[in-house]
Amino acid sequence: MSALQYKAPTSVDEAAALLAGASGEARVLAGGTDLLVQLRAAMIAPELIVDVKHIPELTSVSVEDGVYSIGAAAASAELHENADLFAMWPGVIEAMDLVGSTQIQGRASLGGNLCNASPAADSVPAMIAASAVCVIAGPNGTREVPVEDVATGPGQTSLAKGEFVVTIRLPKKAPRTGDAYLRFIPRTEMDIAVVGVGVCLTLDEGGVCTAARVSLGAVAARALLVKDAADALIGTKCDDAAMANLDAAAQAACSPINDKRGTIEFRTKVAGVLARRATAIALERARS
Amino acid sequence: MAKNHVTTTINGEPVEFLCETQQTLLDVLRDELQLTGSKEGCASGDCGACSVMVDDRLVCSCLVMGVEAEGSSIETIEGMADGENLHPLQQKFLENAALQCGICTPGFLIAAKSLLEKNPDPTETEVRYWLAGNLCRCTGYDKIIRSVLEVAAEAKGA
Amino acid sequence: MSGNANGYKWIGTRTIRPDGVDKVTGRAAFGADFALPGMLVGKILRSPHAHARILSIDSSKAEALPGVKAIVTSADFPEIPPSEAIKGSSPPNYRHLSQNLMAREKVLYDGHAVAAVAATSAAVASEALSLISVEYEVLPHVTDVLEAMKPDAPVLHDDLFTGGVEPKPDKPSNVAKRVEFAIGDIDAGFADADVVVERDYSTEGIHQGYIETHAVVANMGEDGQATIWCSSQGHFMVRQYTAGLLNMNIGDIKVTPAEIGGGFGGKTTVYLEPVALLLSRKSGHAIKMVMTRDEVFRATGPTSGSAMTIKIGAKKDGKITAAEADLKFFAGAFPGAPVHLGCMCGFTPYDIENVKAVGFDVVTNRPKAISYRAPGAPIAAFAIESAIDELAGKLNIEPLALREMNAAREGTRTAYGPTLGVVGFEETLEAAKTHPHFSEPLGPDQGRGIASGYWFNVGGESSASVSVNEDGSVTVTSGAPDIGGSRASLCIMAAEVFGIDIGEVRAVIGDTNATAFNRHTGGSRVTFALGMVVVNAAEDCIVQLRTAAAKIWDIDVEAVVWEEGEARPAGDNAGKFEPLSLGDLAAKTPMTGGPISSEKSSNVQGPGPAFGTHICDVEVDRETGHVKILRYTAIQDAGRAIHPGYVEGQMQGGVAQGIGWALNEEYIYGDDGRLQNPGFLDYRIPVASDLPMIDTVIVEVPNPTHPYGVRGVGEIPIIPPMAAVANAIEDAVGMRLTDLPMSPPKVLEALENGG
Repeated sequence: MSALQYKAPTSVDEAAALLAGASGEARVLAGGTDLLVQLRAAMIAPELIVDVKHIPELTSVSVEDGVYSIGAAAASAELHENADLFAMWPGVIEAMDLVGSTQIQGRASLGGNLCNASPAADSVPAMIAASAVCVIAGPNGTREVPVEDVATGPGQTSLAKGEFVVTIRLPKKAPRTGDAYLRFIPRTEMDIAVVGVGVCLTLDEGGVCTAARVSLGAVAARALLVKDAADALIGTKCDDAAMANLDAAAQAACSPINDKRGTIEFRTKVAGVLARRATAIALERARS
Repeated sequence: MAKNHVTTTINGEPVEFLCETQQTLLDVLRDELQLTGSKEGCASGDCGACSVMVDDRLVCSCLVMGVEAEGSSIETIEGMADGENLHPLQQKFLENAALQCGICTPGFLIAAKSLLEKNPDPTETEVRYWLAGNLCRCTGYDKIIRSVLEVAAEAKGA
Repeated sequence: MSGNANGYKWIGTRTIRPDGVDKVTGRAAFGADFALPGMLVGKILRSPHAHARILSIDSSKAEALPGVKAIVTSADFPEIPPSEAIKGSSPPNYRHLSQNLMAREKVLYDGHAVAAVAATSAAVASEALSLISVEYEVLPHVTDVLEAMKPDAPVLHDDLFTGGVEPKPDKPSNVAKRVEFAIGDIDAGFADADVVVERDYSTEGIHQGYIETHAVVANMGEDGQATIWCSSQGHFMVRQYTAGLLNMNIGDIKVTPAEIGGGFGGKTTVYLEPVALLLSRKSGHAIKMVMTRDEVFRATGPTSGSAMTIKIGAKKDGKITAAEADLKFFAGAFPGAPVHLGCMCGFTPYDIENVKAVGFDVVTNRPKAISYRAPGAPIAAFAIESAIDELAGKLNIEPLALREMNAAREGTRTAYGPTLGVVGFEETLEAAKTHPHFSEPLGPDQGRGIASGYWFNVGGESSASVSVNEDGSVTVTSGAPDIGGSRASLCIMAAEVFGIDIGEVRAVIGDTNATAFNRHTGGSRVTFALGMVVVNAAEDCIVQLRTAAAKIWDIDVEAVVWEEGEARPAGDNAGKFEPLSLGDLAAKTPMTGGPISSEKSSNVQGPGPAFGTHICDVEVDRETGHVKILRYTAIQDAGRAIHPGYVEGQMQGGVAQGIGWALNEEYIYGDDGRLQNPGFLDYRIPVASDLPMIDTVIVEVPNPTHPYGVRGVGEIPIIPPMAAVANAIEDAVGMRLTDLPMSPPKVLEALENGG
């Protein structure tokens, strides 16, 4: 049996060096709520686990000029308790709060949810809608990547060997901007999203939508940024006709699978429904 | 395969243990420290029977590595009663028949205690969602939820 | 706490359960909490195939791994020939049980055990499993009941010929048995009907879902004496089955019961114990085995799924003239679906002259079905109570009123033979009708459903001893595991008989050497049957106490009465003596003939059949198919509630399980025959936020055969919910859903196709 090593570096550089220097498979441990399940099920067999929770940048939240930098390994419960952050980006925080139980919330993180690269990750469509950007560190320094470019397929990311997400940046929010995330699950808690929809939109003073981003989760191999859905809203007051167009555009963007969590037909229809419902919430938030 | 040496605090007492990297905190509690009050129902974070507090956060101990406990403070069901005196939630669970088989009970008690510490006056809906990660197959949750609400109400009245 | 409107001191009070403190402090020892010095870890290798022939098993690499101490396969277990499949009076079929424990020529389902390893650690055991090489010839498989019944279906057992049909088939098939229960003339009954409803229904396989996985520690002594510690619904069952499977003498095995973390019928057989014992024999060490959740879903439980057709006819005035059921249940890999119980229970709530219920027990490539709460009855009730609701709609009669018109009562003949004695079905309907829930207004997209259910309840072999201790406290020792508060109910009944404080009574569950045989806990039998034995033993102690007092006072025993926990002279003629308390008499036993104790064993008859009626409100999200349970009220005849808190708890728990069965729980198999959802993430049992409070109404129509009127309680509450939910959905959106679970995709599809 190969010995599994555990390291808890205290700096970004140290972590990058450890990950890059591993001879076999190395895994980043943030909240561990996916990693430990995969370890237990023998889905992965790394030789090194790098616990990044002792690196200050990865567990703290800061704000500068309205731009939030959220540590990739900060526990969701801490984000939810951050009243200013919650007030600024309720859709993102609520999306992350939907991941698992209270117990999971004590550990699960935005960075983990993103890098686990499940097409059904709740926080990802919300982050994409919010135009979030990742700061990624690696052996060759740092780079910034939009959230939608991180996952490339189920369990697959664009991160190179030795790279890991340090922070997630949420941009300065324009006036009259609101975000929202809704998902469908069979129960009321504890399920993986069958469909997830993140919406962020901005209104002008007359209530006309000037900018929008709509992202769908669990309806394709990775979360989608659906331009046609956003275009259905932009230039409108998000009236019934715009909502109908949004619904149709969201449905048209879906290419889901049949599985134990839902059928193609179900996922497609409900994507349209949730796009409308999430937009209604975002609209309410943009107006208030 | 060298074991990891971990120094931690459990239920207020300093504890040292050796563990393999693969061992979860739950494995350590049950198999190394004989604290078997935390139960394993799924080993995947879906049932909550292994709920403990780590540094004042409610977590599933099956999803925490044993080595991660270094320097942390852990509370388990074994530390909930104050000697002979049961915690009000423990007492209320007994009075209200809020347990049948009892396997999920330690996890529920730990989770409920953490709720009331954060939110001393929760609504029924808040209690239900806070405890949604604790599965009970016997009771239909009714008497558990009532017990938590009653303890909150009595603490408010006291 | 004492004193009670029903005239009793303790019966009907909400005492603190005697095992409670240990369970709220984490001290109670469940199956996986036990350890022995030097014990090894046992793990099982399981089939990845739904149906395959085992060509070879090569464990040489695993055996060579340092730390591996023993490996067993089916070759290590005695083969049980068909002639010895049934031993003694109480089935199981040991041949099938043995084949299920460890696959022989073929694996019959994903998860079927193939080999087991004992090693010095879990990690070594896991690695050893990966080093065992099994060569399979994959065979076509079948997991669906109707597919399995087709003539060209893959056949699981080439020695299985359909029973209950004439002439005996000359070809083997997957249909193990046909059963039929009938009264009257079914054709005449339908000819007489003004209105007939007929429809197909189906249900999926579902799991009991106990939170505690199966766990055992077993040790084979050098002298051939074995000890087993495990959680089960019957440690005598574990002893008997293990002995039968390993060809051991029952007396050479001692089984000590751990606390059991839920069973619901699923822990009424053995999966690990004989394997652990064999590994112990082979390795010379004690063995601990604990199943993972994945193993629990893939290889234990579940209950049957079904395909059913129900036809009911009635006169315009609502009188049901005929009822017919065709029930096909799958049993999993070995025969034994509870289809006969479904046939027997389904129409029993109604007084119908012409009934015919036919059932088929069908094997499929799934884990062997085992009991789940009122086995068979909830499946049949889903279909039949849905049909009753549809019939009410067609007749334009309110569904509860239709049930009242046709309700079974004392003297009603059942389709399976017996005539009902004193029962309380009409009382549950009356309680439903007068409950505020029944008339509460509903909002848009909301609906209300009613459904009823019947269960026989069960008696059976029960043994208990009652001992008066030296200080006057009382110990009740019995051998039926406490799966949900039965220690509390036994203490209450004993305290009632003795007339002493509840705190003076302790209930102990003895190991198989400490007490005489008890049938396993199941069928809602313990508080009724074991309770009866405890009452008899306690009453015997009272006779002994009176005799002792008579001796002390030097009067006739007839002149001594037992009142309020003490011996008193029976009136003035008996003489003037100070009463002797239990403590006084206990202290004097050396002078009065010795210890006061009584041990009773009985095969208890006369369980009180019982009925429940449920009211369910739902709200349907028409755009997503999501069904929310808004309000739920369960009404049930308990005969007499010994501890109302635990009676309510049984009702609430049964309802929650039924709601899970109705809405989201299901075994999902892929085209490859592998289980897709062997975990609590995707096998979706209800969580706290899915449910409202569950109101309960305990109706008490005492069972005349029990000293306190007890009927069983635990089974009935899982019978009505699936139909109650389906009927509520129909009321909300006008769509009748006929296939469980009524999960959002199915509800949405139904709405799109015809809403």
